Amino acid sequence: MNDSQTPDTLLEIDDLRIGFAAKAKDAAATVRGVSLSVRRGRIVGLVGESGSGKSLTCRSIMRLLPEGGHVLSGSVAFEGEDVLGMSRRELLEFRSTRVGMIFQDPFSSLNPTRRIGAQMTEALRASLGISEKDAVQRAVSLLDEVDIPAPSDKLRMYPHELSGGMRQRVMLAIAMGARPRLLIADEPTTALDTTTQAQILRLLRRVRDENGTSILLVSHDFGVIAEMCDEVAVMYDGFVVESGPVEEVYLRPQHPYTRALIASVPTLTVPERGYRRPTIPGPPLGTTAYEGGCPFSPRCPLARPACADVPMTLLPVAPAHVTACPFEGVHA
Amino acid sequence: MADLVLRSGLRARTRARVPFRWSPETTVGAVTVAVVVVAAIIGPLISPWDPNKPDVLAALEPPSLEHWMGTDSVGRDVLTRSLVGTQISLLAGVMITVATVTIGTIIGALVAYAGGWVDAFVSRVVDTAIAIPFIVVVLATVAILGVGTLSVAVGMVVVGWAVYARIARAEVLSLREHEFIMATRSLGYSSPRILFRHVIPNVIRPGLTFATMDVVAAMVVLAAMSYLGFGTQPPVADLGSIIASGQPFLLTAWWISTLPAFILIVLGVGVGMIDDGFSARRKGR
Repeated sequence: MNDSQTPDTLLEIDDLRIGFAAKAKDAAATVRGVSLSVRRGRIVGLVGESGSGKSLTCRSIMRLLPEGGHVLSGSVAFEGEDVLGMSRRELLEFRSTRVGMIFQDPFSSLNPTRRIGAQMTEALRASLGISEKDAVQRAVSLLDEVDIPAPSDKLRMYPHELSGGMRQRVMLAIAMGARPRLLIADEPTTALDTTTQAQILRLLRRVRDENGTSILLVSHDFGVIAEMCDEVAVMYDGFVVESGPVEEVYLRPQHPYTRALIASVPTLTVPERGYRRPTIPGPPLGTTAYEGGCPFSPRCPLARPACADVPMTLLPVAPAHVTACPFEGVHA
Repeated sequence: MADLVLRSGLRARTRARVPFRWSPETTVGAVTVAVVVVAAIIGPLISPWDPNKPDVLAALEPPSLEHWMGTDSVGRDVLTRSLVGTQISLLAGVMITVATVTIGTIIGALVAYAGGWVDAFVSRVVDTAIAIPFIVVVLATVAILGVGTLSVAVGMVVVGWAVYARIARAEVLSLREHEFIMATRSLGYSSPRILFRHVIPNVIRPGLTFATMDVVAAMVVLAAMSYLGFGTQPPVADLGSIIASGQPFLLTAWWISTLPAFILIVLGVGVGMIDDGFSARRKGR
């Protein structure tokens, strides 16, 4: 995906490496060279299990790495502008108007001590510089857009008075307040029940269709990704192991990890007696130290000695479809 | 404040998941404190006696219909004087506590949010401030600023903030990685805005519960300092200095020290009961 840069590229992450330590020079990378690009109006999925580095990659776009996190190398460009080199002022402006973000846990992503209305108008006034009266009006129409019934009543409520799905809608309304070009959705439906999850996903798609907002959707559920996204990047242990158009990756997965991930998506059929859903064997991510080569090899059913020396560069298998697994025989 | 609003909102709009009931303890405590406070405010206004004007001819009179709690060694009405003393003690106690909570919470929240060497440095200062016996610091402040209510108050704020800074710091550390703080950052809010609008309102509560008891503690310390002669200066008197002034006559005129001491005890027990009631309710949740 590295060479896919065209005029309609919105976000371009190139060879990003992130590590943790008190000082940047001591940090060992946990995100090990991620490249990713998001075009205007596209929904791009970032899929992988816990600890694969997908959230860190997202947070680095906003320069919101947790304490001790450092970008070791690589670049993040938004509309051609270098995000990592922005001054403090530019950064605040960037966060407030050009990118929106929603989070995994709608129960803790709103301030519990302030009313919905106060939190919304504060955000709107800060990003748009409008009057309190206009902000209230805008808040009502934003809540209406995300299908919240009786929006003006909701403004007077506290977060604990709303359900998880409602709160996630409020978050989305706040994030979309300044009509950002990019919405980062970090596991937006993980904490919600299935019905609510479907509603929120539908809403996200509508946001894209109506505003042309690009969405970077993080999930560990390939089912969600397959349904929502135009393109997908599969991450494992800080590497992108495969990426491409979602139908391509879903129907013709090339990397053994991608295949394992797709195989573990539940289906809506009654399984035969004694059926066990395939799981990924071997030590889970983060329990063994990375020692070079392909990080998936300890769990890979097709592993071979040469796996220890795989450079993890992305090799083309079809137009815009790339994988880090170089072994011919593996590619079915 | 926000907490109160939040609670009433919860009561009004959702089914009572947390039944809001005053425990009998809280009620008794609140009534006791209210009675003392009202007496302290109204008493001196309707009393026929001047709290500070001596009348040597009426010195050391025992309780009578004229002087309900008798007179002191220079003939001042003990009841009137004690009620005025209560006003001073209460006001000083509340003001000292408000100052310590405010200063402590802001400092604690600030350094925890800033992190890094600032946090490390201030945390050691806090440890030191808590480790030093506070009486020593209060006496040192009095030595520098001279005797008086204000000096004692300043001294108590100088030591007192540290506890609240520690409480606020711990709260902020656990709050900082909360998603809504991340969310405010992702909206491009500046650090001061996040700190004062979103962080501090969420960490003030544990400090406030701690503060109820601190009001009494502050009153007692001020009384102790006044008793030793470092606090409130004559002719004005707080509870401690009235107790001290009655001490030489304890065997001949017991009423001088008894009443102010009694008021102090009643206030202490009353506030303690309010606090107990609240913490029992917290535990019950």
